[in-house]
Amino acid sequence: MPASTFQPASAYTRTAIGLHWLIAIALAGTFALGIYMPDLPLSPQKLKLYSWHKWAGVSIFLFVILRLVWRFGHRPPALPAGMPRWQVRLAEGTHHLLYLLMFAVPLSGWLMSSAKGFQTVWFGVLPLPDLLNKDKELGDALRQLHMLLNFSMAGLVLVHAAAAVKHHLIDRDDILARMLPFLAHSGAKK
Amino acid sequence: MKSNLTLSCLALIASLLHAPAAQAVEFKQFQAAKSSLSFVYKQMNVPVDGQFKNFRARIAFDPAKPTAAKAEFEIDLASIDAGSKDANDEVAGKAWFDTKQFPVAKFVASSVKPLGNNRYEVAGKMSIKGKTQDLATPVTVSQQGDGASFDGSLVLKRADYAIGDGVWADFGTVANEIQIKFHLVATSK
Repeated sequence: MPASTFQPASAYTRTAIGLHWLIAIALAGTFALGIYMPDLPLSPQKLKLYSWHKWAGVSIFLFVILRLVWRFGHRPPALPAGMPRWQVRLAEGTHHLLYLLMFAVPLSGWLMSSAKGFQTVWFGVLPLPDLLNKDKELGDALRQLHMLLNFSMAGLVLVHAAAAVKHHLIDRDDILARMLPFLAHSGAKK
Repeated sequence: MKSNLTLSCLALIASLLHAPAAQAVEFKQFQAAKSSLSFVYKQMNVPVDGQFKNFRARIAFDPAKPTAAKAEFEIDLASIDAGSKDANDEVAGKAWFDTKQFPVAKFVASSVKPLGNNRYEVAGKMSIKGKTQDLATPVTVSQQGDGASFDGSLVLKRADYAIGDGVWADFGTVANEIQIKFHLVATSK
């Protein structure tokens, strides 16, 4: 019997909540590192930071796969019944785009690294294949793409977080609380 | 009698003409454009390819007398491509090659030992950044037409020459072992 049948439809599984926050924190940290590291002067520390950034990216990619697989087996709870149609569409569209970007961002980073001539070796142990040959122009183009995808994702994350806060403070529904159970409004609208 | 003498003379001339070809030729014209010198180093366990663009060699190799072979090798260290512009700027600096002070690395072979199957062990002195160390490397010689190529690879430890000093001295980020591959071509003419 699948685990989902044990969960009421109005709640996320603990696994889903855990994966959401794990990936959220990892994305924020990896994003910040990605902004910080390129302007550093070359040093052993810089090489380490780049490697850590890449290891984190590969790890996030794998966790996103895990999360998506879990999501197919455990459908998320429905949105509040009273939400206007356009808000439901916007929320779903944002979620789908975020999933797409959570795959596209690490993929673009991996390809960029290959094109720049640096293989990605996960945790210094597992070499990922280089799908592209070293090519400076392609590497620079992929860098632009990696940045564009990242800033798109950052923008969407802000929209996503702002919407959650708006639901919590203005609509006073349980949208935010079902991802952060300790925030549950007493007697909140379900 | 006279015709016999003529024949012998012709035979002698013919043998003299053929003599250099029957003996081995000596390969001593270094062909820079056909030669390459590349290396692989590991940073954070990631293999990164690099190469030197400018180098010269004086080679004199007679396959019939390999132990008499001579080889000298000079590398313009500033001609390095270490995989990225950042890396190229970095390795020219004092901590690495200090190319202003020590622009050239030099290898002088002192002995050549046949190992069989066209393989030889070449031993000599390598000087980089004011430090000289003994170095030996296997070399495979293959002849084609009037040219011969000398191929080999060896592992050089950067710490032996203080390449990558100071903050880089720790091998945790950039490994000590540098894998070097050379392909040198010399012709007989």
